[in-house]
Amino acid sequence: MNNKITVSCTKKNLKQIRDFVTEYLAVYTLSDIQMNQIVLAVDEICANLIIHANNEDPSKSISLSITEKAGIVKFEIVDNGVAFRRSEYKEPNIEEHIRVGKKGGVGIALVNRIMDRVEFETTDRQNTCFLYKKIK
Amino acid sequence: MKITNQIKDTTIIITLDGELDASSSVMLDEALSDPEIMTYSKILVDCKDLNYISSAGLGVFISHLQRFEDAHIKLIFYNMQDKVRNVFEILGLDLLMTIVSDYEEAMTIADE
Repeated sequence: MNNKITVSCTKKNLKQIRDFVTEYLAVYTLSDIQMNQIVLAVDEICANLIIHANNEDPSKSISLSITEKAGIVKFEIVDNGVAFRRSEYKEPNIEEHIRVGKKGGVGIALVNRIMDRVEFETTDRQNTCFLYKKIK
Repeated sequence: MKITNQIKDTTIIITLDGELDASSSVMLDEALSDPEIMTYSKILVDCKDLNYISSAGLGVFISHLQRFEDAHIKLIFYNMQDKVRNVFEILGLDLLMTIVSDYEEAMTIADE
């Protein structure tokens, strides 16, 4: 099974990424909600990388590869943009977002709540985000 | 993503059809930013054919909610698929926004 996809950094390609994840996970028995959650978490990371780390520059690209071992599915998302600084990340206060009319900033909270493990790694100019989810 | 509007007296019904992600949510933001929307007393959002929502889609609703509340405009979601409702629930948005099962219930709440 093809387990890797590379797309250029435009938001229009997010659909392609979601379809790829859905197709990969189709062989596993997941509920609609489980499937949607996993697809969402990957979509959120990829959207952040495309928009924030790579400024929607279509000459740049991100790669996603998926593997499954012992009931745990692992997503590896690689890019060469600006690294995510986890130490600067704060859990959003949704009520405050509503009060001030803030549009962004809840994506990573979704990822953290959906996935079992979320890791970021930076080496030289390459950033990798690892997402792990137990599915069996 | 297809967004259609239907007007019934002082209610605007917005029907969302497709996937609301970082790319398509711009359309929704434009629709909710239209000054004309502030002339209605209720905004009903029909989510029957909304198959997907990401944080960008949620963010659009989050960013307009207070403005509608300040203007005493009710924002009510109905016909939401379980998987989409689940995304609202993960962030606790189901407690901060009005989500009901169907059109009849939405109209009843809107008239209160």
